[in-house]
Amino acid sequence: MAILDVRLRAGYLFLAVVIAHLVLISAQVNARTGVPILETVTFGAFAEVQRGTSAVLNGFRGAWTGYIALRNVRTENEALRQELANAQVEIQRQRALADRTRSLETILGLSNSIDLQTAAAQIIGAAASPDFRTVTIDKGSAHQLRADMAVLAPTGVVGRVVIAGPRASRVQLLVDRNAAAGALIERSRAQGVVVGAGDDRLRLDYVSETSDVAVGDKVVTSGIDGIYPKGFVIGVVDSVDKNGVAYRSIGIRPAVDFSTLEDVLVVLTPAPAEQAGAEKP
Amino acid sequence: MKVLWALLATVVAVAAQTTIDRWFSNNAIDLVLVVVVYNALSTGRVGGMLTGSFAGLVQDTLSGGVIGMAGLSKTVVGFGAGIVGTQFIVTHSASRFVVFFLATVVNAAIFMGLYELLGLRHFGTPVVAVAGQGLGNAVVGVLAFKGVEVLPGAVERRRMARSGLRR
Repeated sequence: MAILDVRLRAGYLFLAVVIAHLVLISAQVNARTGVPILETVTFGAFAEVQRGTSAVLNGFRGAWTGYIALRNVRTENEALRQELANAQVEIQRQRALADRTRSLETILGLSNSIDLQTAAAQIIGAAASPDFRTVTIDKGSAHQLRADMAVLAPTGVVGRVVIAGPRASRVQLLVDRNAAAGALIERSRAQGVVVGAGDDRLRLDYVSETSDVAVGDKVVTSGIDGIYPKGFVIGVVDSVDKNGVAYRSIGIRPAVDFSTLEDVLVVLTPAPAEQAGAEKP
Repeated sequence: MKVLWALLATVVAVAAQTTIDRWFSNNAIDLVLVVVVYNALSTGRVGGMLTGSFAGLVQDTLSGGVIGMAGLSKTVVGFGAGIVGTQFIVTHSASRFVVFFLATVVNAAIFMGLYELLGLRHFGTPVVAVAGQGLGNAVVGVLAFKGVEVLPGAVERRRMARSGLRR
């Protein structure tokens, strides 16, 4: 019988597998309302593998940095002491400035709008496919994390939570092709949308022709997307390409070095729009 | 037993990929694809196709994309590489290099083409990135074959040397 022929069977099997994949893709593309259960379950299970791999790797790194690579520690220590002394002076200066701002806020009747509640998390893995820019962090819904929460680093904006598993979450980095954030130029207050370029670069789109944008301008979050709190650093403009009066492309160098990122902060405070919605009767 | 090895190799590749991608996020290597092509060349089209399907689905579910995209592209690549492995003599490093490189190009074309076709993701002009990944995958793939081929011989030589010493 022809169907028992090994060559034909392989062909039928191939056809069946391809059709199964196409059906799977079609089902998701037609109904992309939420996160598929399969994805959540697989992600939750593999997050534990990533946690284990990360723990083993961190153990080796700890042993290396803690015992073997201790050369030049004395010089580094001296430099750090100096840096600490400088930082302490800077803290004093900032504290004085904050006190002054607080008193001015009181005078003007403004409330402190950047009182954010955050949770620290450690990165335990990256995306399984090099075409996606996501990372896995070791905190999940058990730690009050939810989808669409902003993720920050001390140097700037990292991304947002896209899936919150029980003990781990997936974070879409701002440099991912599908990531975007409302942004503004700190100097001129020109508004736009920062989008990921897929590599380690960002792009500022939808900037008005009349806006003033120059190389070296700092780009911060505008807060209009309802995910990222206002005023956090995204990066610095490093290229402006103009076609007549219109901006053809504005390139941004991210403030965060995504390749060396290890610890992040997840903003637990709901975005202002969400909070306002929840307060409604 | 072969199925178990393929599963284990895929899981190890995914774990390694998620680890190295944290520090070298430049699309230079797709270890999962290397495992799929390696398995296809070693076991044939059915083995390659099933490994590709499984590995791609795992990659999809862990990457946040549409589940089935990498599954489909790696299924086709696994099947194609399996046919190449059975129809042609692919034992020389140069021919293996070409297979790994072309497999990367085909995988990227299907994966990115589907995303662009459905309007879900835009990749711009990824020629340099794909070519770079192709070279990276080819180097790793050829080295993997070399390693597996050299290892049993080295063990045997060591065993012979030991038994010779005893006499």
